[in-house]
Amino acid sequence: MRTNKRGWCLGAALTVGLVWSGSARAEGEQFMPVPSYRIGPYAAGGTSLYGGFIDYMNLINMRDGGINGVKLVWEECETEYKPDRGVECYERLKAKGPTGAAMFNFYSTGIAYALINKATADKIPLVTIAHGRTDAADGRYFPYVFPLITHYWSLNTDIIRYIGQREGGMANLKGKKIVHLHHGSAYGKEPNAIFQKQAEKYGFEAKIIEVPAPGSEQQAQWLEIRQFKPDWVIVTGWGVMNPAMLKNAARVGFPMDHIIGNVWTGSEEDVEPVGAPAKGYISAAINPPGKDFKVIQEIERVVYAAGKGNMTDKNRVGSIYYNRGVLTGIVAVEAIRVAQGKFGKKPLTGEQIRWGLENLNLDASRIAAIGATNFIQPLKVSCNDHEGGGAAKFQQWDGTKWKIISDWIQADKDLVRPMIEESAKKYATENNLPLRDCGKEKS
Amino acid sequence: MIYREAGQFRTTYAADTRIFPIAQDRLGMALLLAAAFVAVPFLASEYALTALLIPMLVLALAALGLNILTGYAGQFSLGTAAFMSVGAFAAYNIQLRLPWMPLLVTFVLAGLISAGVGLVFGLPSLRIKGFYLAVATLAAQFFVDWLFTKVGWFSNYSSSGVITAQRMVIAGVPIETPERRYLLVLSIVSVLALIAKNLSRTRTGRSWMAVRDMDVAAEVIGIPILRTKLTAFGVSSFYCGVSGALWAFAYLGTVEPQAFDLQRSFQILFMVIIGGLGTVMGAFLGAAFIMLFPLFLNWLFHALVRGEVRPGLLSQLELVCFGALIIIFLIVEPLGFARLWQIAKEKLRLWPFPH
Repeated sequence: MRTNKRGWCLGAALTVGLVWSGSARAEGEQFMPVPSYRIGPYAAGGTSLYGGFIDYMNLINMRDGGINGVKLVWEECETEYKPDRGVECYERLKAKGPTGAAMFNFYSTGIAYALINKATADKIPLVTIAHGRTDAADGRYFPYVFPLITHYWSLNTDIIRYIGQREGGMANLKGKKIVHLHHGSAYGKEPNAIFQKQAEKYGFEAKIIEVPAPGSEQQAQWLEIRQFKPDWVIVTGWGVMNPAMLKNAARVGFPMDHIIGNVWTGSEEDVEPVGAPAKGYISAAINPPGKDFKVIQEIERVVYAAGKGNMTDKNRVGSIYYNRGVLTGIVAVEAIRVAQGKFGKKPLTGEQIRWGLENLNLDASRIAAIGATNFIQPLKVSCNDHEGGGAAKFQQWDGTKWKIISDWIQADKDLVRPMIEESAKKYATENNLPLRDCGKEKS
Repeated sequence: MIYREAGQFRTTYAADTRIFPIAQDRLGMALLLAAAFVAVPFLASEYALTALLIPMLVLALAALGLNILTGYAGQFSLGTAAFMSVGAFAAYNIQLRLPWMPLLVTFVLAGLISAGVGLVFGLPSLRIKGFYLAVATLAAQFFVDWLFTKVGWFSNYSSSGVITAQRMVIAGVPIETPERRYLLVLSIVSVLALIAKNLSRTRTGRSWMAVRDMDVAAEVIGIPILRTKLTAFGVSSFYCGVSGALWAFAYLGTVEPQAFDLQRSFQILFMVIIGGLGTVMGAFLGAAFIMLFPLFLNWLFHALVRGEVRPGLLSQLELVCFGALIIIFLIVEPLGFARLWQIAKEKLRLWPFPH
């Protein structure tokens, strides 16, 4: 009995000691929280997304010695893609490091929604690349939320424009039938509004079909699609829904090259389980797959050659989600760099980095300097517009890999922007949010 | 030695029916409440308040609700999360459409609406029992989820179906800081726990237990089965509804229908089973274990092997450990934490002379 007790005490003391030593951090470091999801139904996406993100931060540290000498440090926290765990991770990580968390990127719409008010109150930017709350692109009401690069509405107009191209002009969309098949969650519902708006504008017949989460059962939905006989099917899918969608489409004999997924419905993980029947399937992409980019080659040369790579399965380096993680890293690092230009080369607070995000301007020459030509689209963020880009490329699965088949297709901003402003305003009146005057905030 | 009732005489009937007949228990409870109300808001960090204590208390309230239904009245239910969802959406809509309504009244109304829904889904319990009833309550789970996703009115036609809870103001005081939110949740949970404890000692509670132990015998001695089962469903759903409203307003701030999925129902059911069926304290102990222990494991593993083991593997190891602990615990003490507590108290009474 006695020895047992002593053992317990020793264990407890050891634990406390280790925790103590682990939490000590040097002063000149910028802390970046990594709220990853490596288990649960969406683990395949999360592992690559955050693997790429960490690898890029490692590249900056190992090759350049940090951002202008300020090293990046990070800590992971498992969110399982769930809002409650995400909130816990946010609270756990937000005050770490000498200046607190630089920015959060959860890659989960549910978590992003839950943290908009908290992050704004804590003055920590919430970056929601191609996910999250769409109308947060109106930076006048959402100063701390950044749906950078694209969001669900821009993306939906990209897809409709691409369909227009394939039909030989937007005018030819009149009278066509298009189905929006979506995941039964906040994420999946988000594009419906803009989809219907475009149906009015271009005169195509729109039908919205929901797949209850998680989306592995779709027989009924595809029966409905077969009865409706659409010309095109747009899919907003995620995780297990995607391979199930392709299998069911193949079963009812729907032509693969008339199904277009959004950026979360077009990864290797989505098509590989389906195999040959998925050949010809098209999806939108904000980042291309593959390793033909200097930034990915640099990661392999510097990080993986030294055995510091984050991916256990090295074949996933260069996959869609991995590259998206690298893209996330590029945007984060560049925003910190911009902020350092104004506030000095030292660890910065979330409030200062927010300024960096808002004044981020990635033009062709800067993109080339990073080694990301054709990897990332030009990005110009402003107080008014927290999205910055809005374009997407389209890619087709050739049975073994994704192949880019279009140039950047720009979003229909004339259609999207008024809707965003209207929606943001409605949210602001519901929640008594103040309106920023962007004219006054010229750096 | 210290925990002994020798010398404490109950001279009145009221003294005999107290919740805590022993003075030491009363003192302990008073100290606990004082600590929770006074010391914790001062000492606890923002992280502890917002990420640990508030969700734990809210889930404990839901577990309490389920415990009334399953532990006291013996009716299995897998619809807990659905009733929470009803409470959350009801509170949101009341605040949205009747902005003059005081917040606390809103929570009560949300609970009542949830109770109404609970009554409807409790009706099948008159004909079916046990696991079959559990399957029937699953219908609530799927129906509510479907309704809130399908009918835009409930989410005020939000494009994503996600609702954002309004800011909380009570009598002109904004409840925004973590301390205030914690105190609000703690007060509501304390009051409702007290009511639950008392309810279980009244005629209603005793008839629930009679129905649980043997419904035919209960009917024979004159307990109306219909009314008893339905009150259990109603009261249980009221608690779950208030808990759902608190989850939305005091904890997350937003609600999407998927936040209250079947997994949440299971989580709460496990809380009740691990904590101890048919006890008020069990709901709290169970919530603390199910909610906090995975976080503790996560924290411990990170501290012990930071950087040496792949994070993905680490997260899976945590799940394995947690699962194993639940199994071990249920083998060692199938009646839950509340029973362990009771055994500890009995031992303490005899200590230090166990013979």
